[in-house]
Amino acid sequence: MRLITHNLLQCHVKNCNSNNFPLKIEDAQVELIEADYNPEFLVNMLPKIDWPVLVNTAKQLGLPEIPAQVPEDAENNEAFLQGLHSVLLETHIQQGRMICPGCGHVFNIKEGIPNMLLAEHEI
Amino acid sequence: MKLKELEGILQDCAVFSDPKIQYEQYPTTAHLAARMLYTADTVYDDIEDKVIGDFGCGCGVLSIAANILGAGIGFDIDPDAVAIAQENCDQFDISMDFVLTDLTQARLDRFKGQIDTIIMNPPFGTKTKGVDMVLLKKAIEIAGTSVYSLHKTSTRDHIMKKAKEWGVGCEVLAELKASLYYQYMYIFDVPMMYKFHKKKSVDIAVDFLRFSK
Repeated sequence: MRLITHNLLQCHVKNCNSNNFPLKIEDAQVELIEADYNPEFLVNMLPKIDWPVLVNTAKQLGLPEIPAQVPEDAENNEAFLQGLHSVLLETHIQQGRMICPGCGHVFNIKEGIPNMLLAEHEI
Repeated sequence: MKLKELEGILQDCAVFSDPKIQYEQYPTTAHLAARMLYTADTVYDDIEDKVIGDFGCGCGVLSIAANILGAGIGFDIDPDAVAIAQENCDQFDISMDFVLTDLTQARLDRFKGQIDTIIMNPPFGTKTKGVDMVLLKKAIEIAGTSVYSLHKTSTRDHIMKKAKEWGVGCEVLAELKASLYYQYMYIFDVPMMYKFHKKKSVDIAVDFLRFSK
């Protein structure tokens, strides 16, 4: 799971309706896997990213720092886009777990796949 | 990329080794997946540089087609299928994410509008009645721009009515043939997937639909 997906996942346990995002990552095994650099895609993505969450998650995982705010010249800022590319699309969490800040539910990540399935009583 | 080239790559995707009947797991063939994604890309510009979701991705044939042309996320309920999808991605050096989730229950509020295009080959709702419409409704809610999906032609009128109700456009892009085994099993071009399919197949009509917001 890359951080682009983490940026969108929320807890969906029954009645967990507030404070269910972002899921806190723990015991993460991180792997960097090279991906094709596509600046147009990144520029399209920019307005969709919850930026503070991405910055925080990158920091927690000990990734190279990304700016606290999206720079104004982001679209043409090659260094910024390269950095974002690496954090957003090349950083894979292979093992670990995600914990809901509200209800404490644990979602495991195994072999790169987050398991968001719930038990019958949690739906 | 040329259509034939895309189809050629997809032909090497592994599919279900032990399909689960309750999920109506029929793989999308390379031929069909390549054409679906090629149409979405070249005619509607819905793929390249876009975020694409694959609802009920199974072994990920559609996801991989989408990722060769764009970037995306696959969702499925079956860990075995997702594991195969992940292996397929590794084999093709495709970097995409899969999320294990039950789309009939999952709350995906934060994905709303973040995913531009959703592609899907949903279960036809023969094992769990209505599941096709549940997934379609959810896909239309989440997608920012459009949804591409496959449905039995016999449900076309119902779907058109629903699309109107949901305030989205619906266009039939192609009429396809699928094979029907017994009275409740469908398959795209791949005969004898399930062991008890001993009877001769019967073709049924399937629509390739595009919903636009």
